[in-house]
Amino acid sequence: MHMSDALLSPAVGGAMWAGTLGTIAYCSKKVRTEADDQVPPLMGVTGAFVFAAQMINFTIPGTGSSGHLAGGMLLAILLGPHAAFLVMASVLIIQALLFADGGLLALGCNIWNLGMYACFIAYPLIYAPLVRRHRTPGRILLASLASAIVALQLGAFSVVLETVVSGRSDISLGLFALLMQPIHLAIGAVEGVITAGVVNYVRKLQPEALVHTGMTRRVPGGRLKTLTLAFLFLALVTGGVFSWFASANPDGLEWALQRITGAAEIPEHTTGIGATLRALQAKLAILPDYTFKPDAPPKAEASRESLAWPHVDVGTTVAGMVGVAMMITLMFVVGVGIRALRKRAARG
Amino acid sequence: MSHHFIEFADVAFRYPDGTPALQGVSFRVTHGESVGIVGANGAGKSTLVLQMNGCLLPSAGRIRIGDLEMTPGTRQEIRKKVGVVFQNPDDQLFMPRVFDDVAFGPINLGMAPERVAERVRSALATVGCAHLEQKPPHHLSGGQKRAVAIAAVLAMAPDILVMDEPSADLDPRSRRQLIGLLQSFRHSKIIASHDLDLILDVCDRCLVLRDGRLAADGSAADILTDQRLLEANHLELPLSLQTGRERRPRAGAPSFS
Amino acid sequence: MHRFDLGALDRLAYGDSPLHRLDPRTKVLVTAAFVVTVVSFPKYEIAGLIPCFLVPVLALLLGGIPAAPILKRILGASVFVICVGALNPLLDTEVLHRFGSVSISAGWVSFGSILLKYVLTMSVLLLLVATTSFPGIARALGRVGVPAVFVNQLVFLYRFLFVLLAEAQRMVLARDLRAFDGRGRGLRVTAQLLGTLCMRTVERAQRIYQAMCSRGFSGRLPSVGSARLRMADWACLSLMALLLILLRNYDLVGAVGQHLVQIF
Repeated sequence: MHMSDALLSPAVGGAMWAGTLGTIAYCSKKVRTEADDQVPPLMGVTGAFVFAAQMINFTIPGTGSSGHLAGGMLLAILLGPHAAFLVMASVLIIQALLFADGGLLALGCNIWNLGMYACFIAYPLIYAPLVRRHRTPGRILLASLASAIVALQLGAFSVVLETVVSGRSDISLGLFALLMQPIHLAIGAVEGVITAGVVNYVRKLQPEALVHTGMTRRVPGGRLKTLTLAFLFLALVTGGVFSWFASANPDGLEWALQRITGAAEIPEHTTGIGATLRALQAKLAILPDYTFKPDAPPKAEASRESLAWPHVDVGTTVAGMVGVAMMITLMFVVGVGIRALRKRAARG
Repeated sequence: MSHHFIEFADVAFRYPDGTPALQGVSFRVTHGESVGIVGANGAGKSTLVLQMNGCLLPSAGRIRIGDLEMTPGTRQEIRKKVGVVFQNPDDQLFMPRVFDDVAFGPINLGMAPERVAERVRSALATVGCAHLEQKPPHHLSGGQKRAVAIAAVLAMAPDILVMDEPSADLDPRSRRQLIGLLQSFRHSKIIASHDLDLILDVCDRCLVLRDGRLAADGSAADILTDQRLLEANHLELPLSLQTGRERRPRAGAPSFS
Repeated sequence: MHRFDLGALDRLAYGDSPLHRLDPRTKVLVTAAFVVTVVSFPKYEIAGLIPCFLVPVLALLLGGIPAAPILKRILGASVFVICVGALNPLLDTEVLHRFGSVSISAGWVSFGSILLKYVLTMSVLLLLVATTSFPGIARALGRVGVPAVFVNQLVFLYRFLFVLLAEAQRMVLARDLRAFDGRGRGLRVTAQLLGTLCMRTVERAQRIYQAMCSRGFSGRLPSVGSARLRMADWACLSLMALLLILLRNYDLVGAVGQHLVQIF
């Protein structure tokens, strides 16, 4: 379920990084101000535990193939949502850097996909309420199953969205979703069962380990969170407005290709895998007329069309919003970096 | 000078689940002494070690380190005087490079960076690991990790050095080097160990623990040559003193503590 | 998913070369900029990506990194990309090029582009790790403003990663030695193994906490030191910026081809 750089556009990658960094900042603050001293070493070691746990593979009943624990839900249960998100982020960063699982730009997507839904949607909205009153093994199993399945479904769908919006792959939303969602339904079920198994085992033998230390106080609001959300909202609005004014000049290579290929007719395959897939895709296409592909192959007609300015198009708007979000984030990061460097220079 | 001492007065300790671990333990270690703590598994050696710098607080009785009594409020201060090296070096080397680990203590003591660097280098030189400064702990061998863990505590310049099973997992040569190192230290030393030969080589005095109580307290030379006393406390003569008769298997089914 | 040959890249990171000696911040920035540049090439770009290989090849040479472990990992991690990318030739069949009787569809071009981008981005990422120790990268992040809590988490995780992996390896081995005919590897046993590892993890965390307190830890983790960027770092950053602008905006392959055609 790990995204790859090659399938991403800078806009989508940047936007997801912006979201992830904002969440990391928020969670770091929460942990710093609310968690007790024991949490940092615990976080470090449980992160290593997630890795180690992924080494322990098992045979999935009925299929014979082997699988392993992803760990997002277990982390949230052990540490609470904020610390768990940080641990998940750190695990994915190490996976990307030391084990080449996923790329640098795609890291932002992966951390979001695997951390956000488990920690901030599935855990607080599904697991915690179900388990709050009756902490029985049965309840825990039910809660784990439900939350793991939901978390993985949301994560898998995010991968689909990110790929489709990036436009590097030709796969349609519908087709990709059809491939990803059912698989992750099964993976989610297994994850839920194993998580429940571990939780129940530890509860039986060492219940005090499950009290996620010191994170149970609720602090209302939190200015950093509001600021981050406001920032993201502004970026999206700006991007949406600006993209309407973006002209649609075909790229250099495509322009050259148009001249070479001229008004050649496009032969379509009527048999074979391609035809089957295309037919399937057409049936599943949810929004067939939406331009989710900013880089469409050059069509002879396009060169003759003159596009009105401003160019109002929903597909471009999405891409535009996302692009501006990335630009602003990059500027923000560079700005922070420069400020930090200046501070060091001033201190001497 | 005279205020570097550890005193246990009728100390008892019970784990949260009720298991009694120590009962009525009383002794005093004064400046410059080197004391060994021996006993079977489960006798309470590690628990006793954890009491010495406040990781565990006594359920009854009093502990004094110099003019400070051990309380939750004073234990931070006590930790500046009592340095504890735990059994598992992997639990104690938690920074990404050796230098950072050894610097952790001095930095927390509030020293300036140049002094920290000085302390680190001298501590690593003492244990013969100066060349390992930039290495990450997981690239070190068992013996090297142990040496660095000791350096990490030495860098804080404690008055009293406490060690729990320092020679475990060491190959014979590293063990010999460790013994030499311990013999060269001028600190007051308290060493809990199964390695009775090490205690014999390094310590003047010996405390014997059995089932949480102090069974004997006297000179190491006397206690560690007293075969009857040792066997009554689930121990044996140090290997270097055994003649061969002791090595015959005993009667009855084995039972491990 | 994980191979048991952990740490090979990690070991390379502690070597010495001009590249190793650059500040981690420089290397992280340069890698990120390169990745974004490569990924920003449009969907059907092939020619423009070729000169980009200059960067990983130079890094490989300057850093003294053997090519084999890098290539192995690139190959090993390529499954997802290949699977998704390979759908392009099936779904997008407009013809873009014709060489005599051979016609190449747009789908194959975009698939090729995806593969090239994958190799480029993955190789620089691996080279970053191979020339910069992970704690170095974590420190670099701390210096550009990533919260201390998170930087310390990265550092702790890295430290205990190998310890826990070794422990899990031993447990798996112990299980496998007593598991036969597919029994003993089911969900229930796995949950128990994981539960045991989990408890040991929590206990280990407690012992580490004790060791930290014994050396004066009072809640504040040591902060990242500051260091100036050296001349070599600034040179690298500026060169890289120039190179990326060049690569992204100029058709180098075309220019070279034209010159060669003119010569002959």
